[in-house]
Amino acid sequence: MKLVFEKSMPGHASVILPPLDVEKKALPENLSRGRLPRLPELSETEVSRHYTELVHEVYGVNSGFYPLGSCTMKYNPRIDEEIAALPSFTGIHPLAPQEATEGCRKVLEEAADLLEEISGMDAMTFQPAAGAHGEFTGVLLIKQYHDARGDEKRRKIIVPDSAHGTNPATAAMCGYEVVNIASAPDGCVDLDALKAALGEDTAGLMLTNPNTVGLFDPNILEITRLVHEAGGLCYYDGANLNAIMGHVRPGDMGFDCVHMNLHKTFATPHGGGGPGAGAVGCKAFLAPYLPKSALMDGGEGIQVRGFAGNFLVVLKALTYILTLGKEGIPQASETAVLNANYLMKGVKEVFTPAFDRICMHEFVLDLSDYKKATGVSALDVAKRLIDYGIHPPTMYFPLIVHEALMLEPTETESRETLDQVAEIFRKVKEDGIREPELLHTAPHNATIGRPDEVAAARNPILKAEL
Amino acid sequence: MEHLDYQFSRSHEWLKEEDGLMIVGISDFAQNALGDVVFVNLPDVGDEVTAGEAFGDVESVKAVSDLISPVTGVVAEVNEELLDSPELLNSDPYGSWIIKVENVTDTEELLSAAAYEAFCETEE
Repeated sequence: MKLVFEKSMPGHASVILPPLDVEKKALPENLSRGRLPRLPELSETEVSRHYTELVHEVYGVNSGFYPLGSCTMKYNPRIDEEIAALPSFTGIHPLAPQEATEGCRKVLEEAADLLEEISGMDAMTFQPAAGAHGEFTGVLLIKQYHDARGDEKRRKIIVPDSAHGTNPATAAMCGYEVVNIASAPDGCVDLDALKAALGEDTAGLMLTNPNTVGLFDPNILEITRLVHEAGGLCYYDGANLNAIMGHVRPGDMGFDCVHMNLHKTFATPHGGGGPGAGAVGCKAFLAPYLPKSALMDGGEGIQVRGFAGNFLVVLKALTYILTLGKEGIPQASETAVLNANYLMKGVKEVFTPAFDRICMHEFVLDLSDYKKATGVSALDVAKRLIDYGIHPPTMYFPLIVHEALMLEPTETESRETLDQVAEIFRKVKEDGIREPELLHTAPHNATIGRPDEVAAARNPILKAEL
Repeated sequence: MEHLDYQFSRSHEWLKEEDGLMIVGISDFAQNALGDVVFVNLPDVGDEVTAGEAFGDVESVKAVSDLISPVTGVVAEVNEELLDSPELLNSDPYGSWIIKVENVTDTEELLSAAAYEAFCETEE
């Protein structure tokens, strides 16, 4: 499809301005651009058609099944959008006088109270704009803690090899050396490897629990105890919080700080529908190092983003929590776990799970045997799933599983949908056995066929020539 | 099995001695598991490398993976051709060396070609 700039026609417009009823004045010379901004000119019909065309080009949670593992692509309830669209929230400015922003402050306080309760933390910041930003903020808290104690020999952050790529990236961005430890054969933390890695130079451990293969680490209390004993702190990556919210709290597992992806667990939109929010919580002893907004909170403090972060996202998450309530929050995670196990049972008849035991909110398939037999890879299978109208799962992650497909159905899918999905996996598998080439070249029914990923990575074209 | 004069690490790098230098590359198994390589990050000449630790990384369409040095020593040469043509690691893994190391003081426990082949079968 054409870009909106390419559709532009001189003179087309969507707005009829009212007649000027005041004296016309030119902008002062120093404030003028000197030329008109280069904006597309389109009629309202053309704009409407453009965006409708875009809608047909994309696939989202409103289009169909979206099992992107570790991303928690759950449905974003309409009521959250309705509340966040109220003019009393959208029309406010953070620099408005305090008496005019009481309601918004109350939203932030209440959201903090509830998320502290869910995570088992004592204090919270909403400044981080997304998950990786939250990780960065959280690890800076750890760094600040050691620095404030003059404990400068702690230069290493331990990260298991099943971690999200953002964990080692975060540790490196904070100036730490990353120590990767291998997982045990059951996919969980190898305690011996952890003990060997711990020492006087350990600043902390970054961990997701349940981990990226969808398993809850049974040794979690021992893990956090060992790290604390060595003088390190424990960081909880909240990517998989949807599996346990309302049941187990990272704070009770021994973690000192945590980030929560409001755009995952608390049902605010991802990506283009976002922005996101990576709320960071911590225990009381780390609270003095939390970022603050000098303008809103007074005093001094570091900021990782302006004011209170993405306020309307926090408001949507608060609406979600209050709508589900004390009973609904744990029920949502129970259903997420139930759905993942139900789907694993259905798909297990088709492809081999990497770890064949009861899972949490997500599970990983290992297609190595299938690839050996047919030449059809996990990537080919993922592309063929598009032909059947569902979004592919996460591919080739975690790295500890070869030919991995990682599925997270979330709690908002029905049993009927999960049955259909298992059936689609069966059809795709049979397609690959019957006609491997069909899968090597899939998708065939999508607007965009198979992009040349190698060419795109080696020679990316990042701007349009207009 | 070709390349009988190569030795292999369990992290899938190969090592070969030539003109007093230790040459390091990645195995055919490694390039096959990585998929199409799109970028290679190389150390500089003169950098120290440590046996068992990363000296660079390769990025494929699937993931970024560390390159683990089988030896401790100093980088004498880097194969800059890989910066423009990373696909050489896929098309000719045993002909495409990555670094040459001098002043080698330590070497990881390495596998012979036959032992490595057996090791790869357990990896699959």
